[in-house]
Amino acid sequence: NTATTKEHREKEYVGFATLPNQVHRKSVKKGFDFTLMVAGESGLGKSTLVNSLFLTDLHKDRKLLNAEERISQTVEITKHTVDIEEKGVKLKLTIVDTPGFGDAVNNTECWRPITDYIDQQFEQYFRDESGLNRKNIQDNRVHCCLYFIPPFGHGLRPVDIEFMKALQDKVNVVPLISKADCLMPSEIKKLKERLREEIDKYGIKIYQFPDCDSDEDEEFKQQDRELKESTPFAVIGSNTVVEARGQRVRGRLYPWGIVEVENQSHCDFVKLRTMLIRTHMHDLKDITCDCHYENYRAQCIQTMTSKMNADKRVESPIPILPLSTPDVETEKLIKMKDEELRRMQQMLQKMQQQMHEQDL
Amino acid sequence: MEDREEKERGVMAEQRGEEGESEATKENSTKGKEENGVDMKAEEEEEKQQKQQEEEDEEERGMSKQVEVTMEVSERVPGLTAGVIRGADLFGYVGIEAVLDQMRRKTMKAGFEFNIMVVGQSGLGKSTLVNTLFKSKVSRKSCTPNYEEKISKTVKLQSVSHVIEEKGVKMKLTVIDTPGFGDQINNENCWEPIVKYVNEQYEKYLKEELHVNRKRRIPDTRVHCCIYFLPATGHWLRPIDIEFMKRLGKIVSIVPVIAKADTLTIEERLEFKQRIRQDLAANGIRVYPQKEYDEDAEDRIVNDRIRESIPFAVVGTDKEHQVNGNKVLGRKTKWGIIEVENAAHCEFANLRDLLIRSHLQDLKDVTHNIHYETYRVRRLNESNMNFSELELSIRNSIEFLRKTL
Repeated sequence: NTATTKEHREKEYVGFATLPNQVHRKSVKKGFDFTLMVAGESGLGKSTLVNSLFLTDLHKDRKLLNAEERISQTVEITKHTVDIEEKGVKLKLTIVDTPGFGDAVNNTECWRPITDYIDQQFEQYFRDESGLNRKNIQDNRVHCCLYFIPPFGHGLRPVDIEFMKALQDKVNVVPLISKADCLMPSEIKKLKERLREEIDKYGIKIYQFPDCDSDEDEEFKQQDRELKESTPFAVIGSNTVVEARGQRVRGRLYPWGIVEVENQSHCDFVKLRTMLIRTHMHDLKDITCDCHYENYRAQCIQTMTSKMNADKRVESPIPILPLSTPDVETEKLIKMKDEELRRMQQMLQKMQQQMHEQDL
Repeated sequence: MEDREEKERGVMAEQRGEEGESEATKENSTKGKEENGVDMKAEEEEEKQQKQQEEEDEEERGMSKQVEVTMEVSERVPGLTAGVIRGADLFGYVGIEAVLDQMRRKTMKAGFEFNIMVVGQSGLGKSTLVNTLFKSKVSRKSCTPNYEEKISKTVKLQSVSHVIEEKGVKMKLTVIDTPGFGDQINNENCWEPIVKYVNEQYEKYLKEELHVNRKRRIPDTRVHCCIYFLPATGHWLRPIDIEFMKRLGKIVSIVPVIAKADTLTIEERLEFKQRIRQDLAANGIRVYPQKEYDEDAEDRIVNDRIRESIPFAVVGTDKEHQVNGNKVLGRKTKWGIIEVENAAHCEFANLRDLLIRSHLQDLKDVTHNIHYETYRVRRLNESNMNFSELELSIRNSIEFLRKTL
């Protein structure tokens, strides 16, 4: 009996429920890639945070410039790529850094090199996508931009507002409160509220966490809610490991205490890492592909076509070739043939009728 | 120059008395504010002892300097015999030292003036630090009813004055705030309003000094000290810091501090300070205490120690917490309490001692004797040139007339 029911079940079972597993296996083989941009003034702990997030040490041989070199510094774009593997899953991580941003006395349009870079990556992808050989397209598009807001201020500064507005339609902007260890819990709360208010007020479109499905369990929903309510995340990073409470943890040692980077009551680092890597990495990539890139592509095509139209209007209009009119002889022949056809159709109809009557 | 030097090295007590008179004023509209009595007793004892020690030192120094001066005078002016009689040789008690008492009483009655300017980006804790330094609500933030924490579009200087009193000594403290400095996207020339203000105060004093009927005590609104707030980035000085300090270091005494330093560990702090000092030296920026104005070896030793630890890394707060049964000023976080007055935590106490307890008078002296004099010489030279041009033209016209006549 069991054999027959099993057979029966197997007959009804199609088997495409295994698709997610197949996708999973293929992805693991192929590996993932993720491009993360960090932006903000010097000294806000960007490099330290990236090292803490991915447990790497990307900036070992960083040279600090002297005073003269710094005065004439412009905004650069630097890229570091690192391959990380965990439990057989490979991640090709690219960090795009923006040294010099906001450091000069006159920072007018200091975000221009950054927006240009993002556009360049879109343009390259657009060209590759429209090309003939699409097998090995490299996706260098920026999937997420972490923007570091200094903890010293009382809210958004003019440069913060301008930067985020310039980038909101090109990349997923995730604002962070940096160096949060110089703020007391009450100050963090106040600053977060203030920032959320101002982001609303100025209509800045930052990355929004997608709402979780209604069929998720309560615990997941609770987690999701907490995540959303604690944005912008107040983060602390560290390159050093210290001894705290009997364990070795990433942290910062002060005379008055030890700050643990991964302690949720100290800062939102864990929340950021969870969001960025563990839960929303794919969503960030999706939105980059489906939203920002598509916007760019549509805009690009529009500008191209409007350019073409504009060019057309400049030149003389394409002359409409006149259809060749048939000569009189052929027209007569056509008429005669038409008439013959009509006569034959009529005869056929009559014959059909006669046959029909005969049948009856 | 020599005369001035002699004066300075001369009987210091006397000179101090003069200074006190010229700088203290009786203003009509002073808001009398009492000091907060926070841990006053301990401080009182300390200060008493310090003052006593200082007095004794001064006396000794005064005496020995007296000897030097008289020797020099007798050398230069032939025919003038000057002798020196030391205190131990006197037959009895003359009472010369009582002049110190008289001086102290006069200055206590007259009071002191101190004008301090705070410069730095919005949110670096300038108002909180000033309040913590003087243990009372003296900043613009605490005094203006409509204070808003908005970023202003231009740099507008605003000053707030209070009279603080401690043990019978009155001080008129003026805090000059510079909201809007360094907050915009384009901060070019944001230091100009500040340079203008400082020079205006020198101009005011100069005009008063040149008056035929001048006031006994010229009101002193000159900026005695400018605290410049550096954000605790941990890396280096930013271009705006260098530009500002280059320009203002020439006309006012700058005391740079690392603001909100509770985000730097001790090693990071030391590295940061070293880099800042390198940057300052590389750009020829002189901050207080300037090496050139050290008066003698003793000063140099004290000031060298200070110069090795500037800029001070400070943390400010007006909140108190309980630590080990004591009430301390501090910031409470989830990982500990940062005690503002604990030397192991931050250097607030060093800054306070420098500004108030040991070098307050020196700051005023440097402003009056050096910065102000530099300004005065420059201005008088400018007007002298005009005057000499006038003289020349008059002479020319006289020559011409003589020829024609």
